[in-house]
Amino acid sequence: MGVGIEVTNLNAWYGTNHTLQDINLNIPANHATALIGPSGCGKSTFVRCLNRMHETNPIARVTGSVRIGDLDIYEDAKPVEIRRRVGMVFQRPNPFPTMSIYDNVAAGLKLNGYNNRRVLDEIVEKSLKNSALWDEVKDDLRKKSGASLSGGQQQRLCIARALAVDPEVLLMDEPASALDPVSTSKIEDLIFQLKSQYTIVIVTHNMQQAARVAEKTGFFLNGRMVEFDSTHKIFTNPSDKRTEDYITGRFG
Amino acid sequence: MEVIAQVPEIRISHTEPLPDPGERSAPEPRQEVSAIRGFLLSRGNSAMADRGFHWLMVLCALSIFGIVVLIACELVVRSKLAWGQFGLDFFYKAFIDTYTNQPMYWDPVNGHFSALPFLYGTLVSSFLALLLAVPLAIGVAVFLTEMSPRVLRGPLAFITELLAAIPSVIYGLWAVFVLVPLLREHLNPWLIKLLGWTGFFGDDNPTGLGFVSAGVILAIMILPIISSLTREVMTAVPNSQREAVLALGATRWEMIRTGVLRNARIGIVGAVILGLGRALGETMAVTMVIGNSPEIHRSLLANGSTMSSVIANEFAEASGDLHLSALMELGLALFIVTIIVNAFARLLVWMVTRGAPSSTH
Amino acid sequence: MLILGEEKLKNERNLRAKFRSLTDSAATALAILSTLLVIAPLVAIFLYLIYKGASSLSLDFFIKVPKPVGEAGGGMANAIVGSAILLGLGSLIGIPMGIAGGIFLAEFGRGTKLANAIRFTADVLNGVPSIVMGIAVYSLIVVPQGHFSAFSGGVALGIMMIPTVCRTTEEMLLMVPNAVREAALALGVPNWRSVLSITVRTASPGIITGCMLAFARVAGETAPLIFTAFGNVDWSERLNEPIAALPLQIYVYAISPYDEWHRLAWAGALVLIVLIVLAVSLVRYVTSRGVLKGAS
Repeated sequence: MGVGIEVTNLNAWYGTNHTLQDINLNIPANHATALIGPSGCGKSTFVRCLNRMHETNPIARVTGSVRIGDLDIYEDAKPVEIRRRVGMVFQRPNPFPTMSIYDNVAAGLKLNGYNNRRVLDEIVEKSLKNSALWDEVKDDLRKKSGASLSGGQQQRLCIARALAVDPEVLLMDEPASALDPVSTSKIEDLIFQLKSQYTIVIVTHNMQQAARVAEKTGFFLNGRMVEFDSTHKIFTNPSDKRTEDYITGRFG
Repeated sequence: MEVIAQVPEIRISHTEPLPDPGERSAPEPRQEVSAIRGFLLSRGNSAMADRGFHWLMVLCALSIFGIVVLIACELVVRSKLAWGQFGLDFFYKAFIDTYTNQPMYWDPVNGHFSALPFLYGTLVSSFLALLLAVPLAIGVAVFLTEMSPRVLRGPLAFITELLAAIPSVIYGLWAVFVLVPLLREHLNPWLIKLLGWTGFFGDDNPTGLGFVSAGVILAIMILPIISSLTREVMTAVPNSQREAVLALGATRWEMIRTGVLRNARIGIVGAVILGLGRALGETMAVTMVIGNSPEIHRSLLANGSTMSSVIANEFAEASGDLHLSALMELGLALFIVTIIVNAFARLLVWMVTRGAPSSTH
Repeated sequence: MLILGEEKLKNERNLRAKFRSLTDSAATALAILSTLLVIAPLVAIFLYLIYKGASSLSLDFFIKVPKPVGEAGGGMANAIVGSAILLGLGSLIGIPMGIAGGIFLAEFGRGTKLANAIRFTADVLNGVPSIVMGIAVYSLIVVPQGHFSAFSGGVALGIMMIPTVCRTTEEMLLMVPNAVREAALALGVPNWRSVLSITVRTASPGIITGCMLAFARVAGETAPLIFTAFGNVDWSERLNEPIAALPLQIYVYAISPYDEWHRLAWAGALVLIVLIVLAVSLVRYVTSRGVLKGAS
């Protein structure tokens, strides 16, 4: 099912900007792990290093190692291969605007050459069910475009799209921050259900959200990981004073 | 450390064990899912396809460059004969015709070629066109950007766009059968009467074909370009400039003059030069109304020729390699001049709009 | 004394104010006049075209080839078909090259010096007078082949289409939000597939519009065809033969001394202008309706 992620001595630069410094942590399989921290602390950059999306920026550079399962994603494989095993959901929903709902969900498979219609139908249905969108769109799969849905629905569509390729890890970069509270809680329910099947890493600036969905939480500050522990401990009895300051709202 | 009270209670599941494997769904879908994973794993990393695609795009882009180089090469190679024969004299020296003792420039029969009449013709017709077109174009641009009611803007802009879309040959057709007779009957006698004393308006050409007609039709043709580019640079002037001048108590025209036109003047010059570039190369309409005479007359009402019109007229029946080469050299000169003029114009427009001008020009 | 001075000042100020408002009105009047003077020729041309052209249009025009001089009747069927063939050839060359160039500028070369150079080169190509293009292609293709041909005409037209298609493609691709590209890449879609199936597809309404614009522009070109396609009084059998083209035929007829041919020239001009106006209007309609909301 899901696999664990082992990060060792990860450093990342954008040009001369040393964005991540000496990150070490182990993200457990089949659990949800939240990453919190103030704006600009590097948590988004960190998550993008896990599926090598930071490389889409030509001035980005990384040292250190990231092992997903038994695979060192920087040494043993190319970005394209990694991204098929590590899915990503972005802060702002980004369905493909010219494609129908069906094509959106099937995109990861169709664009990689998979054409078996029957199996695709089943996968689309399963993914939409897994992302709690099936009932709302099942009659309009091919008629409506991805962009015609509401914000919350679009985000669930993006989740379905990411799930359709059956990844081992699901990265979520502030998935609900652009959504209204109702959609947000639907997404949180989703994460709660999905984490038994996938390893989920969710970046959030909403501490309540982290507390609601994640077993482990990591606190990032200024490019470093300050503390990484069970969510309960982070929020009730943090070891580091900086964590405590952030939790209690003294900054950030 | 204090206990943090903020956190809502529910659903911190880290104390629960992992779900029982028996709770998972039936084995069959599980198999298909891992089939997907297997399929995707087998797709490879497409590094070769990516690299191939990248290089294909680069190749196509580079071939645009190659095409321009190829055109230049062809022109240079074919001009060699005439260049070798005449050198720089080609562009200004006249020959004395042994029969009439008059200066003669373009003599295919005897193999003497000097391009001065055509340079003269191109410059005169183009500047005449600019003289007529620039005030009108700026007037239209001012009206459309600053004065006209919003409702009219779309349709009027569309009309100027249509003007730009009319092919040159149709302008020429209309000019030959409508414009030239019109000018001949109503404008030319008036010009001769009023301005004949300057020596630029003689009355020895009753056809109506000539520089004046060419200038007028050219003006109509370059108007849309100058106008729409001027509109672009005027719109690029920030509203704060307009408001600043208005706040000082200026009338609308004063606001336009000092707040907009002054700021946009570099771009407007660029638009005008772009119009010039277009006028220099314009062929069909000019050929049809300019009379096609390879001589230099002082009168603007006389027949003339431009560089492009003589190529259009004589190329197909060029008598001999030297004739052809001379025409090619004319083409090369036209090529170089229009490149320089256009590049300069775009630079000016870019300086004002701070970006690539729209591709519709 | 003081009162007199004040009086004078007030008069001066009033005079100035009147002068300023006068110039303002004059400027407005001139601007309106210019606009009318600009619209007038357009209206005149269209009306005259319709008047002269419509009377000469008949079914014969569309299905018959020109008759020898002196005989009435005949049409421009071969010229219409010839133009269609030449434009088809031109599109085959110009559109793929232009789109590929645009893809390079937007997706691979963004911000690089090479991209700036290519863009500049495309602008240069755009500014080359069409007659120069004609003689260059003559030198390049007609001379080695030894004869005029539809092929050389198509090449000339195709080259002229490239800059417009390239620039609009680049513009449209740049309008596709980066989020869409990221979504595709994050799915593990290879870059080439993402560019083609996602980015280009999202921008395709705009790209097609650009192609239509280039097509409409090149449809009326005469000068590049004089020495390449050359024209034909009859049907052409092969692409390697001279071929008739509508604008070319109009030109030849217009400068001829025969009334009958003038009639045909007007009819041809009407057909040509109607097609071009339709294309341009379609382009404007498509862009103004914000078909590009697919990319927003």
